[in-house]
Amino acid sequence: MDNNIAVSMRHITKAFGTKVVANKDVSMDIHRGEILALLGENGSGKTTLMNMLSGIYHQDSGQIFVDGQEVHITSPKDAYDLGIGMIHQHFKLVDVFTATENVALGMDKSAAKNNKEIAKGITEICEKYGFDVDPKKKVYNMTVSQKQTLEIVKTLYRGADILILDEPTAVLTPQETDKLFAVLRNMKADGKSIIIITHKLHEVLAISDRVSILRKGEYIGTVETKDATVQSLTEMMVGQKVELDIERPETENKELRLTISHLSCLDKYGVKALDDVSLEAYGGEILGIAGISGSGQKQLLEAIAGLQAAEDGGSIVYIDPETGKKEELIGKSVTQIKKMGVALSFVPEDRLGMGLVGSMGMTDNMMLRSYKKGHSIFADRKAPRELALKVKEELEVVTPGIQTPVRKLSGGNVQKVLVGREIAAEPTVLMAAYAVRGLDINTSYTIYHLLNEEKKKGTAVIYVGEDLDVLLALCDRIAVLCDGKLNGVVDGRTATKEEVGELMTNLKEKEATA
Amino acid sequence: MAAAVSHKKDPLIRIARRDSMPLWKSVLVRVIAVIASLLVAGIIIYLLTGASPLNVYKSMLQGAFGNNSANYSQKTWQTIRDTMMLLCIAVGLAPAFKMKFWNIGAEGQVLVGGIVTAACMIYFKDLPPVLLFIVMFLGSLLAGALWGLLPAVFKSKWNTNETLFTLMMNYVALQLTSFCVAKWENPVGSNKVGIINQGVENQQGWFPAIFGQDYLLNVILVMAVTVGMFFYLKYSKQGYEISVIGDSQNTARYAGINVNKVIIRTMLISGAVCGMAGFITVAGSSHTISTSTAGGKGFTAIIVAWLAKFNTFTMILIALLITVLDKGAIQVATEFNISKDMSNMITGIILFFIIGSEFFINYRLIFRKKEKEAA
Repeated sequence: MDNNIAVSMRHITKAFGTKVVANKDVSMDIHRGEILALLGENGSGKTTLMNMLSGIYHQDSGQIFVDGQEVHITSPKDAYDLGIGMIHQHFKLVDVFTATENVALGMDKSAAKNNKEIAKGITEICEKYGFDVDPKKKVYNMTVSQKQTLEIVKTLYRGADILILDEPTAVLTPQETDKLFAVLRNMKADGKSIIIITHKLHEVLAISDRVSILRKGEYIGTVETKDATVQSLTEMMVGQKVELDIERPETENKELRLTISHLSCLDKYGVKALDDVSLEAYGGEILGIAGISGSGQKQLLEAIAGLQAAEDGGSIVYIDPETGKKEELIGKSVTQIKKMGVALSFVPEDRLGMGLVGSMGMTDNMMLRSYKKGHSIFADRKAPRELALKVKEELEVVTPGIQTPVRKLSGGNVQKVLVGREIAAEPTVLMAAYAVRGLDINTSYTIYHLLNEEKKKGTAVIYVGEDLDVLLALCDRIAVLCDGKLNGVVDGRTATKEEVGELMTNLKEKEATA
Repeated sequence: MAAAVSHKKDPLIRIARRDSMPLWKSVLVRVIAVIASLLVAGIIIYLLTGASPLNVYKSMLQGAFGNNSANYSQKTWQTIRDTMMLLCIAVGLAPAFKMKFWNIGAEGQVLVGGIVTAACMIYFKDLPPVLLFIVMFLGSLLAGALWGLLPAVFKSKWNTNETLFTLMMNYVALQLTSFCVAKWENPVGSNKVGIINQGVENQQGWFPAIFGQDYLLNVILVMAVTVGMFFYLKYSKQGYEISVIGDSQNTARYAGINVNKVIIRTMLISGAVCGMAGFITVAGSSHTISTSTAGGKGFTAIIVAWLAKFNTFTMILIALLITVLDKGAIQVATEFNISKDMSNMITGIILFFIIGSEFFINYRLIFRKKEKEAA
């Protein structure tokens, strides 16, 4: 066998239950000293395939060869013995332990060393590849990026030559991503093989040597990165030509719908999450909210929805489009806001944990926001059932039936159920948080289209997003939050990515100039 | 390095989750589980005591349903009576558990319901019978509801742990019962309350016999609650709120449900139904109160509620099964002169198989295929 091949997977098939085939007859190779990007939409079987290599799952059929020899990987320990280590999306670290203790955890007794030796080893690895880890720091004091670095160091310390990273950039800022890529290149130069699972195309083009593409569990092919473009990769990933431009219709008669002034909120730990934010939202426009995750986006939307208490002095005024009547929303509960006739729809970030009831079917989820209607003590299920059928039909929700628990649906279909219900309520204000996170390209465009349709109807759409390219293509105006403060509002048509990125990370010194 | 594990084979058995199983198949699995458990229990009985398993099972059935025409009806009705008591508590637990509020305080809620019932029988025996009944009924509901209300209020106001809180309320109720027993002692010095209003001309506060059956009223009351609770949980708006909170409190808040209010309201209902079980026991069967009035049924009912997955109609079957097993075990112990622990073992084996069968309903096993390439 070719000596340059570190790992070879042959005819790998893995099914969950009888209906879901996560991987179907996948064969691919990983070379020594390369960065291979494993590209595919959500649910295409990337993570499952790599979990078989790292010993989490076992294939139903097929073979794995490491260094030309067939191996049977039945546990993560087997994988480590073969020099394969995986850095998962959800870190496997013990919060109350230090970096050193986490590295020591789970090592063979025979390999047991004292903490000093391990700390020394950590420092050596850091110097070699350019990591920055404090061996004595406790994990709960670390940032997300530091935790990820520790996971990589831990894997290297155990002697991994083949590293698998599952969506490593999903939790990182642009700057942290650059740093990660730099160390990955150092590791590659040292002869390590790196597999990076991702669905972000520009990162694939920036870091990888080759790209292997999966679609619906099947292996589509591998291309040299230098020969690939965003368009060609998208087509391989989706299986059809995709129009990558997001439309941004022009609307007339924009009218003021929400006036937020001097809004401050505390998070659940009593720390100021939103600090003196003043902002307007207009009917007939999409207002984007940009910011690093945790900059107060959640509190802003929940304060409008009546789910988050505000500090004294803040105000959110809703202007009724029919009557022009002004209503103060602060201090009102969800039910009170609804009773005042404010048609507010909210697609929260946590779809199954907040927007929907996972154990219930589509029908029961449709009635979540309207079950109180009528005076009967019994709930009406006829109208929700009709709505469920309508949403299933119009948004092409793939589900065995409208009674199937929604948590059994794929992420894209879950989101269609949620968005479908919120739009069916004929809102005058529609808030959506990370509405396309984890969705495939086609579903994402369906969601953009639905938001644009609402905008054309005169709804005030507030869209919290993380992908700056999308925000700049979709939104009329973008408000940028930084550390709970409003750091600027830019025009989506003229602003650049760099401009928004700068506003996200560096707080303008307002006080200094004022 | 590869040589280190290359001699390994694929794992012999792998476990995979099932998508779903048709209803008839899942019922079949459970029936097989019960049969298998009887077989295993039979073998163990035979090995340990030498008694024929068939005789043991026959004796168990006789324990539950009688062994001759003389006690056939009496034994059967006792089994029905105890089934109803267990069912009533399980039905009371259903709304709390569905809300994921771990009410393990049924024992105490039953006891306080029983105390109030006994107190009414003792102090208000001069009231007209119908009025006395209403007072007893409402009093026991209120007492149970109060016992459920306290942990709910603390949970919603200060987020206390309801498991510990409801558990500790059991001990308070137990001590309260001891106090009442001492106070109402009859005859003096017996440390027992004795049968209340026995020998008095019209046995005030006792459930009247209907169609000559002493326990028919128990059945009617419990079945009414069982059916009512089924529709309440499945079709009412409040039942819907309970299900939403049980799945995710965040979703409930998002939907505008007042979570604290629903927790308190649901625990009032849960406690009241458990309190009613105390009323039925004291007024409808034992006609006395003691620290063993609840007799651990508040805990057994948790198993009933869970095995039935909070479906109150399924609970009827489970409650019956557990009561029959329990009655049978006592009979086996006396008839074969073996310790009651032995019969508890049988009950344990059967429950183990029933609960274990859930695994085969949710998962399937895949065995390694014969390796042909290796040859």
